[in-house]
Amino acid sequence: MEERLDTYAKKGNGDAIFRVITLLFAFSIIVILLIMTGEMVIESLPALRKFGWGFITGSDWDAVQGNFAALPYLYGSVVSSILAILLATPLSVGTALFITELAPHKVGTVTASLVELLAAIPSVIYGLWGILVMTPWLQSTVEPFLIKRFGFLPFFRGAPYGVSMLAAVFILMIMIIPIITSIAKEVLLAVPQSQKEAAVALGATRWEMIRIAVLPYGRSGILGAVILGLGRAIGETMAVTMVIGNTPQISLSLLSPAYTMPSVIANEFAETAGKLHASALMEIGLILLFVTLVINFLARLLLWSVTRRWKGGVA
Amino acid sequence: MSTKLKLDHLNIHFGANHAVKDTSMDIAENSVTAIIGPSGCGKSTVLRSINRMHDMTPAARVTGRIMLDDTDIYDRSVDPVAIRRRVGMVFQKPNPFPAMSIYDNVIAGYKLNGVLKRGDADEIVESSLKRVALWDEVKDRLRQSAVELSGGQQQRLCIARTVAVKPEVILMDEPASALDPISTLKIEELIEELKERYTIVIVTHNMQQAARVSDVTAFFYIGELIEMGETRKIFTNPEKKQTEDYITGRFG
Amino acid sequence: MNLKSLIARHTVNIVATLLMGAATLLVLFPLGIIFYHIIKTGFSTINPEFFIHIPKPTGETGGGMANGMAGSAIMIGMASLVGVPVGIFGAIYLTEYGIGRLATTIRFCADVLSGIPSIITGMVAYALIVVPLRGFSALAGSFALALIMIPIVLRTTEEQLKMVPVSLREASLALGVPLWRTSLKVTLRSALTGVITGILLAVARVSGETAPLLFTALGNQFWSRKLTEPMAALPLQIFNFAISPYEDWHRLAWAGALVLGVLMFGLSLAARWVGRSKHAG
Repeated sequence: MEERLDTYAKKGNGDAIFRVITLLFAFSIIVILLIMTGEMVIESLPALRKFGWGFITGSDWDAVQGNFAALPYLYGSVVSSILAILLATPLSVGTALFITELAPHKVGTVTASLVELLAAIPSVIYGLWGILVMTPWLQSTVEPFLIKRFGFLPFFRGAPYGVSMLAAVFILMIMIIPIITSIAKEVLLAVPQSQKEAAVALGATRWEMIRIAVLPYGRSGILGAVILGLGRAIGETMAVTMVIGNTPQISLSLLSPAYTMPSVIANEFAETAGKLHASALMEIGLILLFVTLVINFLARLLLWSVTRRWKGGVA
Repeated sequence: MSTKLKLDHLNIHFGANHAVKDTSMDIAENSVTAIIGPSGCGKSTVLRSINRMHDMTPAARVTGRIMLDDTDIYDRSVDPVAIRRRVGMVFQKPNPFPAMSIYDNVIAGYKLNGVLKRGDADEIVESSLKRVALWDEVKDRLRQSAVELSGGQQQRLCIARTVAVKPEVILMDEPASALDPISTLKIEELIEELKERYTIVIVTHNMQQAARVSDVTAFFYIGELIEMGETRKIFTNPEKKQTEDYITGRFG
Repeated sequence: MNLKSLIARHTVNIVATLLMGAATLLVLFPLGIIFYHIIKTGFSTINPEFFIHIPKPTGETGGGMANGMAGSAIMIGMASLVGVPVGIFGAIYLTEYGIGRLATTIRFCADVLSGIPSIITGMVAYALIVVPLRGFSALAGSFALALIMIPIVLRTTEEQLKMVPVSLREASLALGVPLWRTSLKVTLRSALTGVITGILLAVARVSGETAPLLFTALGNQFWSRKLTEPMAALPLQIFNFAISPYEDWHRLAWAGALVLGVLMFGLSLAARWVGRSKHAG
C-alpha cells in the first residue's frame, strides 16, 4: 500500500463555515427588504398619524402651513402611467410579434438588440432629450395642433406649455416599450411550434395563425409583461420629473403640467421644511413602495405561471 | 484476502422512492467487483453511496452502515471529504476540467486542495499517467487543454487524476459506456492492472465486460441485491432464477 | 370557400403585417433620434477640457464634468466592493444549498427588490446613512447604489452558476476536494466569464442611476476631498444642467450624456466580448 498523503490528513470544517458565510450573504437580501420596508413605515408614521386617510383624499400640499395631502401626486402617477401603458402595449406587442413571427432571423435579432439598447438608456438621458428636444416640439407643433383640432374635448384644453402630462405620457411610453417588448418576446417564443403548425396546416394566413395560435397562448404572459411595465412607469422618476412641469394640480387636460409621486420626492426630499414635510414625503414613498410591491408580485405570478422554465430573470 | 468494504443493511431513499433495499455486501481488498443489473435497478445508487456522493442530494437518505476498513463512513464524526480522498470515483462520461491542461488535470486533486508541493508535481504527473498507460500518448503535449484528447484518452486521464491522489478504493460508474470498442478494451486492461494496488468496484450494463474484468459479480434487480458471488459462477451457474434470466438476456 | 373571402383574408393579413412593421419602426424611432441629438450636440461640445475641468460658475463659458466622472467612478467602485461579493456569495448559497422554502424566499425577495423604484432606495439610504452622519455624503450614495446592485448580481450569478455541468462539480468532490473549494475553484471558476458579464451589466445599470443619488451624494460643484462630503456624479450633473436655463449648460449636459452613453455602451460591449470568449476557448 502506498503512503497516504499527510497533507490530506487535516480535517477542516471549511464546509460548515462556508455554508454559514454564504447563507449570511444570501439572507442579507431578506434583511435588506425588511429594513427598507420597515424604515419607510417608521419614517412615515408622523404623517400617517397626523393626516390619516385625508393624506390620499386631499389636495393641499403646503410646506409652510404644514398641511400635506397627496391626491394630485397620486392622480398624476396613475394617469400618466395608465395612459403610457395604453399607448405602449399595442406598439410593444406589435414589435414583439414582428421580432418573433415576422422578421427574418437576422432582422429579428438586430431589432431585439436595438430594443435592448433602448432599455439600457438611463432615465436621465431620456429626461435630457425630453426637456430639450421633445417638449419644445410638443409646444410648438403637437399641442397647438391638438388644441386647434380637438380643443372641444376637455383633454386638450388650455395653453401649450410643452412641459405637461402629455409629455410625461410620451416619455414614459418610450421608456416602458422596451421592457414590455422584451418580456412579450420571451413569452411569444415559448409558444409551442406545434400550435402554430396546426394553425398553418388548416390553411390559416400568418395573421390568422397569430390570432388563433400565438396570442391566446401568450395572453397571460403578455398581461404579466404589461403589469411589470406599469410598475416601472409608476416608479419612474428622473425623466418624468424633467418633463411633467411639477405642478400639483388635478386637471383633465393633458396639456396642463402635473406632478407624480416620485417627482415630488425627487424635488423636495433633499430640502425639507421640517420633520413633518419629510415624513409626508416618506409616506408618499411608502405608498409608491406598496403599489410597486403589489404590481411586481402580480406580474411575477402571471409570468411564472406562463413559463415555468423561465426563472423570473426579468427586469 | 481481507475485506476492504462492508455494506451492512444499506437502505437508500430518495424522498418516497426506496431505491436500494436492505443490501449487504463484502468487498475484498485488491479485487474487482462488478455490479450488474437492468437500468434503474439501483446499481449506480449503491456505488455513489460508497463515497457519500448522495450528500449533495438533499432528498437522499442513507441508512445502514458502510465500513471502509474500520471506519463507518456514515458515522456522524466522519468527514465526507476525508472519505472521498480514500474512495475515488470515475464517472460514466469523461469529465476532465475543461479549463485545465492535461498536466493540471492530473494534479487537480492537489491543486484544488491547495496542497501541491513544488517539485512533486512532475513526478506525480508522470507516474500517474504511466499507470494509466497514457504517458506515451500525451507526454509531448502536457500543456494542451484536456478537452483536445479523444474520449478514451479523456477517460484514462480521469482515472490518472483519481489515482494521483492515491485512493484505496476506486469506484467506476460505467466507465466505458461512452467509449468506442478499442478505448473500452484499454480501460478494461487498465482495470486488470489497477487492482494490484486498489480495490475496484465497477458498475456496468455490459455483461461481457463484467465477465471479463471482475473477480466477483453482484446482480441487482429493482433495488435489491439478488445474488453475489464469484464472477465465473454467476455467469455459468447462477443460483437464482432472476439472475439466470438476466444474464441469458431474457429481460433487462 | 369563395374567392371574395379569400381576398378579404389576405388583405387583413397584409394590413396586420404592415401594422406590425410600422409599430416596430415607431418603437425604434426614438432610439435613432435620441442618438442623433446626443451625438450631434455632444460631439460638438466635447473637448479635452471637458474631462479635466469642473463646472464653471454660471455666466462663464467652458468647464467640464471631471468631478462628476470621478465621483461616479468612486461611488460605483465602492458600491461594487459591497454589491459584488454579497451578490456572488449569496448566489453560491442559492446554487449549493438552494433547495427549500428559504431559498425560494430569497429568490423572490431579490426579484421584488430589483423592482423597487430606485428613488425609494435613495430615501432609505438617506434615513440610514445621511441622517446618522448628519450630512449628505459619497458614502450614502455608494450605499444606495450597492443596494441596487446586490439583487442584480445575485440573480445573474445564480443563473450562470446553475449552468456549470454537475459532472464537473462531482469530479472535484470525488477527488476529496471540500465543497467550499469546489464551489470557488471549480463551479465559480467555470462560470467566471458569465459572472463577469453579469457584473459589467450591473455596473452599467447603476452608472446611469440618478434618483438614488439626489439626496444621498447630493452632488457637488467642486472636487470632494472626503467620502463623508457630498460628491458630484455624472448623471446628477446631467440632470442639474439639463433643467438649468443656460444654453451653455445644456450643451455640457449633452456632452455628459455622450460620455455616459459611451461608457454604458462600452460596458455592454465588454460584457458581450467576455461572454463570447467563453465559447471560443
